[in-house]
Amino acid sequence: MALKTLTGNYAVATAVKLARVNVISAYPITPQTTIVEKLAEMVELGELKADMIRVESEHSALAAVYGAASGGARAFTATSSHGLLYMHEMLWWVAGSRIPVVMAVVTRTIGPPWNIWTDHSDVMDQRDTGWLITFTENNQETLDETIKLFRITEDERVFLPGIVTLDAFILSHTTEPVDVPDQSLVDAFLPPRKQPYVFRAGEPIIMGNIPKDLKWNMMMREDIDKAMERAKKVIEEADLLWGKLVGRRYGGLTECYRCEDAKHFIIGVGAWVGDMREAVDYLREKLGLRVGLIKIRYFRPFPREDIVKWLNNAMSAVVFDRSVSPSAGGPIFVEVLASLASAGVRTPVRGVIAGLAGVDVTPEDIANAVLTSVSEAEELGTFKQSVLWFYGGE
Amino acid sequence: MPINIKDLPKEKFVLPGDAACPGCPENMGLRFVGMALGSKAILVIPAGCTSIIQGLAPGSGLKFPILNVPFASSDSVAAGLSSAKKILGEDAVVVVWAGDGGTADIGFATLSGAAERNDDLIHICVDNEAYMNTGIQRSSQTPPGAWTTTTWLGKRERKKDLPLIMLMHRIPYVATASVAYPLDFIEKLRKASAIKGFKYIHLHAPCPVGWRFDPAYTVAVAKLAVETGMWILFEAEGGKVSISPPSKPYADKNRRKPIKEYIAMQGRFRNVTQELLTELEKQVDDNWSTLLKLAT
Repeated sequence: MALKTLTGNYAVATAVKLARVNVISAYPITPQTTIVEKLAEMVELGELKADMIRVESEHSALAAVYGAASGGARAFTATSSHGLLYMHEMLWWVAGSRIPVVMAVVTRTIGPPWNIWTDHSDVMDQRDTGWLITFTENNQETLDETIKLFRITEDERVFLPGIVTLDAFILSHTTEPVDVPDQSLVDAFLPPRKQPYVFRAGEPIIMGNIPKDLKWNMMMREDIDKAMERAKKVIEEADLLWGKLVGRRYGGLTECYRCEDAKHFIIGVGAWVGDMREAVDYLREKLGLRVGLIKIRYFRPFPREDIVKWLNNAMSAVVFDRSVSPSAGGPIFVEVLASLASAGVRTPVRGVIAGLAGVDVTPEDIANAVLTSVSEAEELGTFKQSVLWFYGGE
Repeated sequence: MPINIKDLPKEKFVLPGDAACPGCPENMGLRFVGMALGSKAILVIPAGCTSIIQGLAPGSGLKFPILNVPFASSDSVAAGLSSAKKILGEDAVVVVWAGDGGTADIGFATLSGAAERNDDLIHICVDNEAYMNTGIQRSSQTPPGAWTTTTWLGKRERKKDLPLIMLMHRIPYVATASVAYPLDFIEKLRKASAIKGFKYIHLHAPCPVGWRFDPAYTVAVAKLAVETGMWILFEAEGGKVSISPPSKPYADKNRRKPIKEYIAMQGRFRNVTQELLTELEKQVDDNWSTLLKLAT
């Protein structure tokens, strides 16, 4: 173990090296670039024995990674924003083929107008593709989760690709102390690659031709759905094992911060969870409010059970979304509501849409938004307006 | 090295009962790929007629490992696959088998990227000169005058010269081929498989359905394309262009058959005027003159 100062992007590159990736392919886009630049340097210096395919587009980046992984290699790519959208078709193809690969997404606003700052619209656009999606809060978690994702995606109960996200600049370009585990620990954690099938010369298998029976096609989608459910346990196991080896546990799909006696909850993902922790501390310590924070670590699979467990007897919840599905609310808000409704839980939930396009939201802003909601919920037992657009700074 | 038909392997890679139309040139081409590369080949196939021809899952009429992929991804998928085989120390010839759309149009950026990187694979463009699988729509490879379901009065634009565009990528091997000349095609495939880097082979493949001719005449039409000079067989090893033996006689304009014979066999050219015919003749002369300059 060694404490190093790493940006989020270098934490990703370090994790990829430790995972002994065989093939890397990527196309540069701000703010993902330094991941690829670092990996290219590692490959050229011989620190990482991998092939680097410097493709002409993101669509090709994921295609090359898919081809390599279908051929039995451990493969990695990274992108952001428009790059991820350009890849979208291939995301479906990779998941549908049940080929495990890992991708880092440095979350960035989608244009127009051109905007390089963080929001989560790019990755949320991928939520139906069949990829696991994890959000990370700091560079340490980014490194840890990238390594874990190789193990989780290559587990035979899962065999699905996975995305690790980190917020543009807030994590990607911000230097933090990061504990880098020894190679031997990572080797002990990460077994040799497994995958459902490998393309080899002389072994005639076929992937992706037209199905004779359409029900098989539908069953393939159902199987992805089931694998995603099975992944919940695999994620918890990985967290446990990683904890044993390196002494860091995060919880499985969620982490609950100061939840024990909480009556009101904040729900969020990604880097601003750190700000939410500060908001919770402030609301508890200065105002005596029993507020807890549910950090959603994995958006896919969605932590339905955890949400229901924590919110079952709560007075209210405020969900912060850094993206929006116009006229439907933020995607996390919608899924929290669906989880509660399907379990018959009637806790009032408010969806706050904030921080889009990189608009800065401070811990004070979060505390203010929560305070308003808590007062409303305590007074009325419900929210008059379930979805709020919030710009902070007031 | 000239190949004798008797020495070709007997193992079949195109099995009976696939879903090709009668007289399909793609089926012929796939058979030749099997004869040339045998079980060394792994095929990467984007959407197109071969998506259908290979048959319905879980079965298949083709005895190759086949990875079906989205249109604009094939050469990149193949590059990744080829890289994996190299890193894992396995022997394989990775082949992209794509139509003219998957090569020259929607697939072009990916093709050009892989060629520029000199990724180790063979790209075969099976050129039936239109988007046949979606129902005969024009492509950049459709010749002028040809009827398609998006050019009812005949296409007006010239055929994009893809083999020459690939030649200008300075890749180690570029060739044209025709389903009417299997030995020439097989020889080129074998040569390509022994070369490291990006290899491009453009296979002329007359389609009875889309070109409107009797399925019995696929080979006859393909042969006439060469004999009229409408399709020129050549190869370029390390950038050095040479006209292939079946096309050599037609470097001499006087030995070429009249283009009219080629056109008369195909319903897609039924509305071609004398004016357009003259223009086609001019284009054939042009194509020959460019190639002959490169070959000297």
